[in-house]
Amino acid sequence: MPQYAALIYEPGDPDWTQLDTPGKQAMMQEYGSFGEAAAAIIRGGAALYPTTTATSVRVQGGSGNEVLTSDGPFAETKEVLTGFYVLECADLDEAVRWAAKIPAARAGTVEVRPVIDFGAGS
Amino acid sequence: MPAADFADRGRAALVELLRDEGPRVLAVLTRTTGSLPVAEDAVQDAVLRALESWPRAGIPAEPRAWLLLTARRRAIDLLRRESARPGKEAEAVALLICEDGGPPPDDGAVHDDLLRLLFTCCHPALEVHTRVALALRLLCGLTTAEVARALLLPEATLAKRLTRAKQKIVAARIPYRVPAAHELPDRLAAVLATVYLLFNEGYAATDGEHLVRGELCDEAIRLARLLRELLADDASVMGLLALLLLTDSRRAARVDAHGDPVLLADQDRSLWDPARIAEGVHLVGAALRRTPSRPDPYAVQAAIASCHALARTPSETDWAAIVSWYDVLITVQDTPVVRLNRAAALSERDGPEAGLAALDQLGSLRGYALLPAARGELLARLGRSDEAAAAFRAALALPLNAAEHRHLERRLAAVNGARAATDQ
Repeated sequence: MPQYAALIYEPGDPDWTQLDTPGKQAMMQEYGSFGEAAAAIIRGGAALYPTTTATSVRVQGGSGNEVLTSDGPFAETKEVLTGFYVLECADLDEAVRWAAKIPAARAGTVEVRPVIDFGAGS
Repeated sequence: MPAADFADRGRAALVELLRDEGPRVLAVLTRTTGSLPVAEDAVQDAVLRALESWPRAGIPAEPRAWLLLTARRRAIDLLRRESARPGKEAEAVALLICEDGGPPPDDGAVHDDLLRLLFTCCHPALEVHTRVALALRLLCGLTTAEVARALLLPEATLAKRLTRAKQKIVAARIPYRVPAAHELPDRLAAVLATVYLLFNEGYAATDGEHLVRGELCDEAIRLARLLRELLADDASVMGLLALLLLTDSRRAARVDAHGDPVLLADQDRSLWDPARIAEGVHLVGAALRRTPSRPDPYAVQAAIASCHALARTPSETDWAAIVSWYDVLITVQDTPVVRLNRAAALSERDGPEAGLAALDQLGSLRGYALLPAARGELLARLGRSDEAAAAFRAALALPLNAAEHRHLERRLAAVNGARAATDQ
């Protein structure tokens, strides 16, 4: 059965370790409900610390050479990646139906991308 | 008649037959192979073989069965080549071999497969211009080169766009199925929008020198007819086909010998296509009867088009009816452009001042040239030449196609002439 990554993008770089507003608390509860409803098809996922904790890594001049790190995400965008799920669905229509139930889909964007299954050949 | 003409006509009929049957065979084979790219490759090969052998050997008694058999054998070759590994391909090959020699699918099965192909090509997860390109290639049976020519794109660009779209269909598993009843309105809207965009690309070409690209209008009508064949009872489909036919009925009168637009009031109505009008008017009635409570926007626009089509002279136009239809349209599709058109109709019913007042309520419609153009037209009628000239100049500063630009320049010159005359 194919898998899809549902990449969650949200505006404003929220910090999900700080449930300091009623809005965030309510959102957390909604994620709890989504997790229960989608338990049968969720194959993985994670929530991420804000992009202020991110470190971008590049290696200059081929492998083994100088490692360049920089503070923050690779690209500045209005919406930032705040988490993802891996969902197992029969087809894109089913994946889109589930993605639309992820709470962030209302205020942000959920990008649905098929996961490559190297085991089955491409 | 010279022999070459016979040959050309025979060739044209043959191409037409293949363009009609090709998509049907593709639809069947996509289901049985489970792979759109493999099926497309196989059908393309079968069509080429038909073009080569049918002129010599004659058209077979069952062209679809011939094409399907030829394409199926090609698909088996393609799948075998790919399926050194076990899995789906091996299953598909087994299925295809099992079907080979069996009876061809009946019309009902072909009909269902064609619907699946239609909803796949016009899936909302594909960008609408991508849907247009896929529809022309896979549902209208045009070659990649023909699609590129029709859409004024370099062939390599178009080929890349089609390849990416097919990759997405395969990798993201856009399903090959007719949507369930509760999904159908949304999914059908995506299909209709695709056909409508295709028609508009042809009818009001926004780039390039030519105002009308007839071949695109023809393809859009062909697709709308296919939709009507597949979803015979749907009011939106009837409404869309009616709208396209009625709009297209004016094609020959819509541009002059220089390729410039001719206003509706100035068109030679003897050039309007009576067959398209008759068919369109009939369909509007049928579509409106099916949706009395919530009129379909395409059907209402078609009703407006039929008011124009049925007027033998501009003065016979029933502007009161047109204004009423615009009022109905605003209840289901309230856009600034619809309100702009309503204001224009109002000016015909109640005079230019009324139209101008309605336009002034619209705000600026930023970047939309037809608003200042319409204001200029009404101001010119009221003899307010200075203001009309300013409005035409404002319109000319905004994006327009070349023919519209020439038209507005002529209108500007005309009001400037009127100003010079009053100054003397």
